[in-house]
Amino acid sequence: MSDRLEVRRTAKLYIGGAFPRSESGRSYEVTAHDGKPLAQVSHASRKDLRESVVAARGAFPAWSVSTAYLRGQILYRVAEMIEGRRAQFEAELADAGAADPARGVSASIDRWVWYAGWADKLAQVVGATNPVAGPYFNFTLPEPTGVVGIVAPGDQSLLGLVSRLAPAIVSGNTAVVIASERSPLPAISLAEVFATSDVSGGVVNILTGRTAELVPWLASHMDVNGLDVTGVPDEMLADTERAAAENVKRVHRAPDADPFGAAAQSPYEITAFTESKTVWHPVGA
Amino acid sequence: MTEAIERPAGDAPPEWEYASAPESTDVMRLDDRYGLFIGGEFVEPKSGRWFPTISPSTEETLAEVADADAADVARAVDAARDAAPAWQGLAPSERAKHIFRIARQVQERARELAVLETMNGGKPIKESRDVDVPLAAAHFFYYAGWADKLEYAFPGRGSPKPVGVAGQIIPWNFPLLMAAWKLAPALATGNTAVLKPAETTPLTALLLAQIMQEAELPPGVVNIVTGAGETGAALVDSPVDKIAFTGSTAVGKAIRRATAGSGTRLTLELGGKAANIVFEDAPLDQAVEGVINGIFFNQGHVCCAGSRLLVQEPVFDVLLGKLKERLQTLRVGDPLDKNTDIGAINSKAQLEKIEELVTSGVDEGAEIYQPECDLPERGFWFRPTLFTGVSQSHRIAREEIFGPVLSILTFRTPDEAIEKANNTPYGLSAGIWTEKGSRILHMAQRLRAGVVWANTFNRFDPASPFGGYKESGFGREGGLHGLEPYLTFERVSS
Repeated sequence: MSDRLEVRRTAKLYIGGAFPRSESGRSYEVTAHDGKPLAQVSHASRKDLRESVVAARGAFPAWSVSTAYLRGQILYRVAEMIEGRRAQFEAELADAGAADPARGVSASIDRWVWYAGWADKLAQVVGATNPVAGPYFNFTLPEPTGVVGIVAPGDQSLLGLVSRLAPAIVSGNTAVVIASERSPLPAISLAEVFATSDVSGGVVNILTGRTAELVPWLASHMDVNGLDVTGVPDEMLADTERAAAENVKRVHRAPDADPFGAAAQSPYEITAFTESKTVWHPVGA
Repeated sequence: MTEAIERPAGDAPPEWEYASAPESTDVMRLDDRYGLFIGGEFVEPKSGRWFPTISPSTEETLAEVADADAADVARAVDAARDAAPAWQGLAPSERAKHIFRIARQVQERARELAVLETMNGGKPIKESRDVDVPLAAAHFFYYAGWADKLEYAFPGRGSPKPVGVAGQIIPWNFPLLMAAWKLAPALATGNTAVLKPAETTPLTALLLAQIMQEAELPPGVVNIVTGAGETGAALVDSPVDKIAFTGSTAVGKAIRRATAGSGTRLTLELGGKAANIVFEDAPLDQAVEGVINGIFFNQGHVCCAGSRLLVQEPVFDVLLGKLKERLQTLRVGDPLDKNTDIGAINSKAQLEKIEELVTSGVDEGAEIYQPECDLPERGFWFRPTLFTGVSQSHRIAREEIFGPVLSILTFRTPDEAIEKANNTPYGLSAGIWTEKGSRILHMAQRLRAGVVWANTFNRFDPASPFGGYKESGFGREGGLHGLEPYLTFERVSS
């Protein structure tokens, strides 16, 4: 027993369903809250980010028009897989200094399930049929915005990420995530969950690295349609929003709420990255 | 029923000319000068500056209008801020009645508003009379009814509260209607507003201010500051809680940059380059009317104009023939003439922009078609124009022209039509012409645009949300969705 050498995980990026190292060859050391070295993690570059956007754009057409029932089931299965890796996530949260790792994992799973269930209900709550004055059947439906960049919060490295990612993809968006810089390991484990779930490659792409280095590239990327800036440091917010103006990105920041509370989950977090499409269909004999 | 027209046998058929049918402008009594509408009164601008506003069809000055500077804008924002507590404190049902009154008064003074809109903006009287003014009244009427029903609009979101003071900047293409689109939802949700009309078309907004005065809307709830880009920039930079902007994508991006990091709420309704897609099974004569309406309505000064026509190859020749024939019958000229189909271009600057882009179309190798027609000597005019042989890389296929210019492309399969239609940074609207209902819905699902019209185009309704995808902006105006940008929500408890 004691003389067996542990097989360690190499913590890599997750792009287009594959686990590449950063093309830059860079990595950075992640330590536990008590300073214990945990892993060398890929230090993603601008090019890795661009590759991720390409992968996300490529996955968008199929994911965005998959049936809501299918998306709901696929996302529910992600929750199952997180549950199956509970011990791993708890250990990672403990290393990150979480007060109650078990609670963090439980809340993350429950939040994932909660959002999974919205897949086939959102349109019924936020869609509408509109009584226009003319011979038209006029209806409005929520549709995914496109490729959404997510800057995950630095703390709450699992629940914070889940709370931003689940509402973004449940409607059919695809995502490029910049994981918590300080505690990226739960995000990497979540990437491994996606890789073994039925979420197609490219729907979620996860980068680890320096937030301050990656955010400007994500914010100014012309093929990113939405930007969740929850994890963007306050001092970077104005520049980030300015960069996002160039292609009129939808920019959203999570409401300031207890991450474990009911206020931290809402269908209106989903609609932060949906577009309302209104169709005028003719009525006539 | 039309009576048979008798004419002596053997005579050549006479050349039938339309007799002119001008709308009388007697209903309008314009003042020489209009001040800023602040705190319920028309006041002189602190800037001391005035500018003439003209009729683009005659180039005659109609009146002088105040040119608001930053101090004037600040005064208007202060008035809106001061008026907010009382307006928000009104019983919602009372607020509703105030807005209903405005709707009714707009209907009562519909003729004046239509004539003035046409005089100041150049659009045909039949459009201002039949579209702009009735829709403006309808918007007020629709949103009035929401004022005391807001808690039903967004289930589970918390208690809806007004954002505060809304700064609203509107374009010159539908001056009164855009004012209604902006003001009606803002007022219904309990906000107060500072509205900046476009530089070239301030007059109907100022007439609306008079209407609101007569309707006894509490002073300061709506304030109107006239001026050009500088006035708009001052409004963006002022301490308002929300900016709503309709206009060009370039200015929209500038506003987004200016508000970055401020937390100011923002909605943008920007440009478009809509595809109007005609399938081979479309009802062609109906489609021709829809294509014509899609691009020539309001001289093409429409952000959602169907400016890229995509025609399925088998019907290209026949549709093009019908379009050219129809173009020949369009009447271009005096917008006050009730027969006029295409009025004046809104301004000299806009005319120059259209001419520049049309020249680029010719230079880049597209084939131009314009009908024979006489244009008035004074004023700003542009013939309805078709381009064929357009490729997707041509500027006339990519850039918003905002004029009566249609670029025609072809496609073979639905997938190719989707690909071409979506090949633009814009995403405001799209049109589909086909007899097949399933195809309508299939196309509608895949077109990345906020409004999709099937077998019709350029339809608007206060109950119908309007707004864009991608670089056409964000946020919706109209319908239940149009309330959201003007509300914040207090979560009751977690």
